[in-house]
Amino acid sequence: MKSENNSLFQKDMLKEALVQSFVKLNPKSMFRNPIMFTVELGTAVMLIVSVWILFGETNQGSFAYNFSIFILLFLTLLFANFAEAIAEARGKAQADSLRKTREDTPAKLENGETISSSLLKKGDIFICEAGDIIATDGEIIAGLATIDESAITGESAPVIRESGGDKSSVTGGTKVLSDKIVVKVTTEPGESFLDKMIALVEGASRQKTPNEIALTILLAGFTLVFVIVTVTLKPFADFAQASITIASFIALFICLIPTTIGGLLSAIGIAGMDRALRANVITKSGKAVETAGDIDVLLLDKTGTITIGNRKATHFYPAEGVDPKQLIRAAVLSSMSDETPEGKSILELAEINPLNFNVANPKFIQFSAETRSSGIDFENTRIRKGSTDAIKNLVQKAGNVFPEGLMDKVHQIATNGGTPLVVSENEKALGVIELQDIIKPGIQERFERLRKMGIKTVMVTGDNPLTARFIAEKAGVDDFIAEAKPEDKMNYIKKEQADGRLVAMMGDGTNDAPALAQADVGVAMNSGTQAAKEAGNMVDLDNDPTKLIEIVEIGKQLLMTRGTLTTFSIANDVAKYFAIIPALFITAIPALQSLNIMNLSSPQSAILSAVIFNAIIIPFLIPLALKGVAYKPIGASALLRRNLFIYGLGGIVIPFVAIKLIDIVVSLFI
Amino acid sequence: MNTEIIGILAMFLGTLALAIPFGKYIAKVYGKEETLLDPIFNPIEKLCYKLSGINPNKEMNWKEHLVALLTINMIWFVLGMFFLMTQQWLPLNPDGNPNMSADLAFNTTISFVVNCNLQHYSGESGVSYFSQMWLMFLQFVSAGTGLAAAAILFRAFREKATDELGNFYEFLLKSCTRILLPLSLVIASILVFNGTPMTFEGKDQIISLQGDTVEVSTGPVASFVAIKHVGTNGGGFFGANGAHPFENPSYFSNMVEMFGQLIVPLAMIFAFGYFTRKRKFSWMIFGVMTLGFLLLTIPNVTMEMKGNPAISAMGIDNSLGATEGKEIRFGAAATGFWSIVTTVISTGSINSMHDSSMPLSGMNQLIAMMINAFYGGCGVGLLNFFIFIILAVFISGLMVGRTPEFMGKKVEAKEMKIAMIIALLHPFLILVGTALATAFPEQGAATLNNPGFHGFSEILYEYTSSAANNGSGFEGLGDNNLWWNISTGFILILGRFLPIIGPIAIAGLLASKKYIPTGNGTLKTDTGTFGIMVFAVIVIIAALSFFPALTLGPIAEYFSMK
Repeated sequence: MKSENNSLFQKDMLKEALVQSFVKLNPKSMFRNPIMFTVELGTAVMLIVSVWILFGETNQGSFAYNFSIFILLFLTLLFANFAEAIAEARGKAQADSLRKTREDTPAKLENGETISSSLLKKGDIFICEAGDIIATDGEIIAGLATIDESAITGESAPVIRESGGDKSSVTGGTKVLSDKIVVKVTTEPGESFLDKMIALVEGASRQKTPNEIALTILLAGFTLVFVIVTVTLKPFADFAQASITIASFIALFICLIPTTIGGLLSAIGIAGMDRALRANVITKSGKAVETAGDIDVLLLDKTGTITIGNRKATHFYPAEGVDPKQLIRAAVLSSMSDETPEGKSILELAEINPLNFNVANPKFIQFSAETRSSGIDFENTRIRKGSTDAIKNLVQKAGNVFPEGLMDKVHQIATNGGTPLVVSENEKALGVIELQDIIKPGIQERFERLRKMGIKTVMVTGDNPLTARFIAEKAGVDDFIAEAKPEDKMNYIKKEQADGRLVAMMGDGTNDAPALAQADVGVAMNSGTQAAKEAGNMVDLDNDPTKLIEIVEIGKQLLMTRGTLTTFSIANDVAKYFAIIPALFITAIPALQSLNIMNLSSPQSAILSAVIFNAIIIPFLIPLALKGVAYKPIGASALLRRNLFIYGLGGIVIPFVAIKLIDIVVSLFI
Repeated sequence: MNTEIIGILAMFLGTLALAIPFGKYIAKVYGKEETLLDPIFNPIEKLCYKLSGINPNKEMNWKEHLVALLTINMIWFVLGMFFLMTQQWLPLNPDGNPNMSADLAFNTTISFVVNCNLQHYSGESGVSYFSQMWLMFLQFVSAGTGLAAAAILFRAFREKATDELGNFYEFLLKSCTRILLPLSLVIASILVFNGTPMTFEGKDQIISLQGDTVEVSTGPVASFVAIKHVGTNGGGFFGANGAHPFENPSYFSNMVEMFGQLIVPLAMIFAFGYFTRKRKFSWMIFGVMTLGFLLLTIPNVTMEMKGNPAISAMGIDNSLGATEGKEIRFGAAATGFWSIVTTVISTGSINSMHDSSMPLSGMNQLIAMMINAFYGGCGVGLLNFFIFIILAVFISGLMVGRTPEFMGKKVEAKEMKIAMIIALLHPFLILVGTALATAFPEQGAATLNNPGFHGFSEILYEYTSSAANNGSGFEGLGDNNLWWNISTGFILILGRFLPIIGPIAIAGLLASKKYIPTGNGTLKTDTGTFGIMVFAVIVIIAALSFFPALTLGPIAEYFSMK
């Protein structure tokens, strides 16, 4: 389902998120996030202090001031919860729209009975005929059908799915357009990939990824530093004979700990999975998305990814002394009954209808692995087309000479990445047809982008090494595996992994399953077999082999968003210090007024301004957290410079300006 | 240009010029390559190995290294306690100095074992010559311990993936014999020719012009002063340390001693590059450290040369700079320069009273120790810096969208945990120590000579110096009592060994990880960009941890003076 509505906030989502913001205040769920948990503790303390003042305490400042701090801290908590809730709501909405397509579809069982899809269990068998909606995910065990998968992929062209092959999987919610298939259910209700993903988004089974854990340690460390700083400040201040109120201590502490990134951390993670889902990729874990950002090597199948479908005939080259027309005629006749795309492309190139030739009693010779040629016999004519070796053999056996000029041409075609098909008539070589792979438009740019990201692309093909090399060079991939057998992929992955690289691949067939499992990121096509889908850690609903590129960028964005917001959050502390520290001591040590470089109007308004900034920066950054920081393939050092400039330097400057502005407003009320 | 400034530049650039080839030599020593000194040291070292039954070719993993390091340090501690508490009865005590009290012996032994040399005693009356020589031995081995620990780090990043990180005893012995000893010999010889005493005779007597009899302490000073600088120890033979005319007779001896304390920390930076064959990385480290060093030094020297505005206001000629607490033979510039060198490098020897520095000069001295990684002590400076590198690698790795890696090794949760604990430890020790001393004034604050902000700076300085294993004192603090001896003693131990254990553990963990070849997406760590990142991490962590404390000390004092 392509998302129609790209706006970040929709009305119903907002409502749901608002409710959740309050539900999440439960200390039990807050405890998962140590930083925000300390904010909650601070909020509780401020509530107690406010009440204490109502009961007559006079040393802690006015009730209005203390209560304002309490409200602001409470808002900080709500904003952080809201960030997480809105990210969840968006992910859920996306998943729900996918799920809606498959709810309660009737399923016809083998005995003719019709039951609801929700009652289907793993291993059940049901039948779908033309016009039926497929009830749930399954594997075709008998039959073949054209299926409209637009509900899932958004692609309107119907696809063919049949039992036995690599395209035996069907997805719940898609529609059978013709024929009849027998489907075996492959998942328990509620355990489909989509269900798993929804659970991930909702947080029930969301686990922190390794990078997230390491970052949490860093942030917890910073929080502890500020615990030490704030607690030791009490005796320091006493020594300097400056008294500091509880509100000031709490405000200092909360402003310094990295609440901005702490409040947005889980939203960033959820949004990463959500972006994957918007790209129509179902991930089985948050870790998989993160790993995608680290990929070093990308394995891509040639056919369908780098080249368009199949090879096409591009030229006829007659042998010396042969009339070109004779060659074309022979080529056309030999391809009359050839249903392969290559055969059809020969007719297209010749632009001649073979029926025009009026051949009597034709006998078609089908291609076989033994003869490696096909052709036609009629009257006294025997036309063959096939691999160079096969036709050369044929010609020489009959005592004829295979022209040297033709041999040269054949070599030339092969080195240019083409496939030569030699044509003979009555055991005499007539010439050669050149078949060429057509490289997808725009693919070179995509590989260039990958190279700039530091990712090595590897083309996997069944072609001979010569052809493979040519296409690899033309398309701009870094390496290729020619004459690839399924185990070659596996070996290549293992070799790269042994060198310490992370490998991603895409696959659909059952024989891809081991390699998909071995790869660090294995993306199975939704049309692929159940085995392939189980083995990979992502499923691409669009069956688009170039999707890996998008997935890598989503992974990088995820890490970058965390990194830049952490930097921003910590850089903010500089300005907050310059707001709060003078405010704490100015009364006792008037000389420190010189440190009040923002010239904030009063100690109370300085502290309030810092706390207000600390709270409202969270909702300001929610859109960035959800959309992610844009990845630019400009090299790691340049990217670091750029992000350090924007989020590091920006993180230092912005709060100075913002706190000053807030102070101007706040001072109107104090 | 001013002669005083030229003097400083000559000291720094001259040392730098020698540090690069010396770094190459150090890399050869740890890499078991041939050096010119082999014929002298090979037989000596062989004898040592034979006597102690150590096989120097037995490779250790990081845990075995740490066990060896901690065990041998423990032995030195026990021996040290014994010698200091019984020195009265031991030989070489011509002045008849008494045994040390248990708490002072505890503090003194620890401070020498941990390469800090915080001295709560006065050399003239507090220790015998035998004890001085024992302390000198500790100055060698404690510096050797730091260098050996750094050598482990070197080994961890030379191989692609390994558990074998060399032999600790070999590193330790070679650090002492081949690095510290030759340098110390040269410097001690120069000092002797400049008038520093080297004798086992007791106190000298002279009769002054007024006819009074004056007793002058002497002793084996030159050898002690040489290693106290080369080993970045800093403990003076006399109470007045580098300001004492026997320890530091002239401007020239001052230059030599300055060279002595800078040479090994600088050379170790380049040794890392030579050893791991990543010379550009060394230059990145050097660049960051030097930037920090200059940002502390330049304001300091400027302020000291300008003098105290309050004194100028009284109409007194201030053209010599702030001379209070300074030796006129060194001048304000060289003294200011020394005060930053000795604090960034964790030497802690002083040639002036830091207590008398201008407020913000004093702050810079404090900041130098709070960061403790701009050059830093023998070996340990690099270890401290390594922690900041790990933190910078982590944050910048995320910022470029890749799981952070350093020299081809992934930095993950476990390494982050250790790095964060070590980064936290330093502010923890300093702030908590200072907080306790201010919270219980009958113990800590009552011994202060100065009230108010300056008094606070004195306490803060004492704990910063202890945690940074620096050993210099702001002074003005009656520090030989039970409270200071015990509290700083414990801070010394924690501030020494945890920052060795942590980086070695991280290096060991990283060393055994799979090596990831670098690609276009890998963030290079030997670039200026990454250097800026490391610098930013260092500054931000220091600023966030210490800004409030500095505000109540030197900053408040500075603004009050205006």
